[in-house]
Amino acid sequence: MSYLTIKDLTVRLKNGVPLLRKVSLEVKSGEVRALVGESGAGKSMIGKAVLGILPRAAKLTGGEILLDGEDLLTLPPKARRAKIGAKVALIPQDPLTALNPSRRVGPQITDRLVDILGWKRKQAEDRAAELLDEVHIQSPERVMRSYPHELSGGMRQRILIASAFAAEPKLIIADEPTTALDVTVQKQILKLIREMQERHDTALLFVTHDLGVVSKISQSLTVLYAGMVIEETDVRTFFAEPGHAYSRALLAATPKYTDPDGSLMPVPDSIISQVEQQVAAFDAQLKR
Amino acid sequence: MQIVRTLLTRLATTIITLLGAAIIVFVVIRVVPGNPIAMMLPPGATEADIARLEALYGLDKSIFEQFLIWIGNVLQGDFGTSITTRQPVFDLVIGRLPATLELSVMALLIAIVVGGSAALTATLYRGTKVEGGIDVAGGVALSLPDFLWGLALILVLGVLWPLFHISGRVSPSLGFEFNTDFYLIEALVRFRFDVVLDLLGHMFLPALALAIPLAAIILQLLKQSLKECMHDDYITLARTKGYSETSIIARDALPNAILPTLTLVGVQFTFLIGGTVIIERLFSYEGLGNMAIDAVINRDLPLIQGIVLVFALLFTLVNLLVDMTYAALNPRLRHA
Repeated sequence: MSYLTIKDLTVRLKNGVPLLRKVSLEVKSGEVRALVGESGAGKSMIGKAVLGILPRAAKLTGGEILLDGEDLLTLPPKARRAKIGAKVALIPQDPLTALNPSRRVGPQITDRLVDILGWKRKQAEDRAAELLDEVHIQSPERVMRSYPHELSGGMRQRILIASAFAAEPKLIIADEPTTALDVTVQKQILKLIREMQERHDTALLFVTHDLGVVSKISQSLTVLYAGMVIEETDVRTFFAEPGHAYSRALLAATPKYTDPDGSLMPVPDSIISQVEQQVAAFDAQLKR
Repeated sequence: MQIVRTLLTRLATTIITLLGAAIIVFVVIRVVPGNPIAMMLPPGATEADIARLEALYGLDKSIFEQFLIWIGNVLQGDFGTSITTRQPVFDLVIGRLPATLELSVMALLIAIVVGGSAALTATLYRGTKVEGGIDVAGGVALSLPDFLWGLALILVLGVLWPLFHISGRVSPSLGFEFNTDFYLIEALVRFRFDVVLDLLGHMFLPALALAIPLAAIILQLLKQSLKECMHDDYITLARTKGYSETSIIARDALPNAILPTLTLVGVQFTFLIGGTVIIERLFSYEGLGNMAIDAVINRDLPLIQGIVLVFALLFTLVNLLVDMTYAALNPRLRHA
C-alpha cells in the first residue's frame, strides 16, 4: 500500500512560471523510489513540497500530497509541521552546511525526539548513541559532544543519516545525499543509506541526477523533465527497455560500470525538442 | 601556554594604547590656548605671582620634562592634584567612575533588549509591513545623535509629561546615605527598592538617549545576519523536524547571527561611553563625563589627564571583553 501519494502537484514561481506540472507519484511503504532528472527538472522541488520547505519564491498552486492517506495540504500549519516532523525525515545534500555550526552534534540528533516527540532526554541520548553505532561511527559519546567543524564530511553525512532515522520515520527523502561527497565516500554512504533503509523498513524517495546510483539503490524510478513526469517504471524495466525516447537518450548519456570505456551520447537536440513539445502541449492543455 | 601568550600580548598593546592616549592629551591640552594659572588668580596679579604659581604646579618646565615627571608619578600611583578643587585626581575620578559605568551599562542593556527584540521580530515578519515599519523606526533612531535624543526626551518625557527625572542622579529628599559610589548596585543589595526606583527614574532618560542610536545599529546588523542565516541548510533541516519559525530563529539562527553583531556592538559601546560626556552634562548627572567638561572649562590639566586615562582604559577593557565573549560564543575559536 502506498505511503506517500502525490496527485497533480503543481508548483509555480510567484510570477506564474510553472516549476512542477501536475506531478503524480507514489512511494509504497518500505519501497525505494528514485527521482531522476537534469538540473532544474524539479526533482528536489517535489521533496521540498512534501516536507513543506518550498522556497519563498515558489508557491504550491494545486494538487494533493497524501501521507498515509491524509492530505497534508488541508492540515493547519502547526498540525502539518508536527506530522511531517514525526513521520518524514530529510537527508540533505550538503553535510558541510546542514549541521548548525554553533551547536554540538548530539543535541542536533536528539532535538526532534525531545522537543517535538516528547521523549526524555536520557532516552533520546541513548537512542542517538545506538544510531551512531548503526551508521558505523566509533565512540558515539565523543562524537555527540563534538562540534560539526571537528568532523569530516563523510562523518557529518553519517550523523545526518542517523539523525534522519532517529524518530523511526515512515518516509525518508534523500536529496542528492552523495553529490557533495568525494567518490570513495559516496559509495560507502550509498551503501549505508541502503543498509539503514532495509533495517528500518522505511520508504525512501531518492532524488538524484546520477543513473549509476539509481540501479544500486532503488526498485522503481520516476523520470522528470521540466517539472513533468516523463516516465514511471521499475528499475529493471527501465535499464532493459526504457519506454520514453528521452529516457533512452538519458541512459545513453550515462557511463556504464560494465563498459567504462564505451562511448557516451549527449542527449540529441531532436529528443529535447520532442520533450519540449510535450511540455508545451501540456501547458496549452492546462490553459484551456 | 597559548592563553598566557595571548594575555601578555593584550597587556602589552593595552599599555601602548594608554601611553599613546596619555601623550596626545598631555601635549594637546598644553598647546591649545588657555592657561590654568590665569583662571586661578584674581585680576591684577603680578608677574611674580604668576611665576610662583607656575613653578608650584611645575608649568614652568618644558612639556617633555613635565610629561616625564607626570608619568613617573602616575607609575607610582600618584595622579596629581586637581588645580580647581585641590583634591587628589585619583579620588575624584574613582568617585565619579561608578556613576558613568552604571549609566553606560544601563544604556547598553536597553540597546541590546530593544535592538535585539526588534531584529528578531523583523526577521520573523520579514517581507511584511511589520519589517518595513521596524526598518523605518530604526532609520529615524539612527538619524539623530544621542544628545538630540536627550533634548527631545527631556522635552517630551520630562517637561510635557513629567514621568521621569531630568536632572541629577538621585533625589536628595530621599535622605539615603550611600556607602559606595555604585548607587544602583548598593540600593539593590540593600533591598531598598524605593531608592532603586528613584535611581532608575533619574537614569532612564539619559540611558535611553544613549541607547537609541545603538539600538538602531544592533537592529540593522542583527537583522541582516539573521536573514542571511535563514537561508542556511541547517535552518531548512530544522524546519523539516517540525520546529516553528519562532523557535528556529531563536535557537538555530540567533547563535550564528550574533557573532558579527557582537564585534560591532563592542566598538559602538566605546562610542556610547564617549557620548556620556555630553549626555551627563545635559541631564546634570554627576558622572565622569560631566566632570570632564568642568575640568576642560577650568583648564584643570591634571584632572583632564586623569579622566582621559580612565576613558582610554575603559575602551581597551571593553575591547578585551568583546574578544573574550566572541571566543566563548564561537565554538570554532574555542578549541583553536
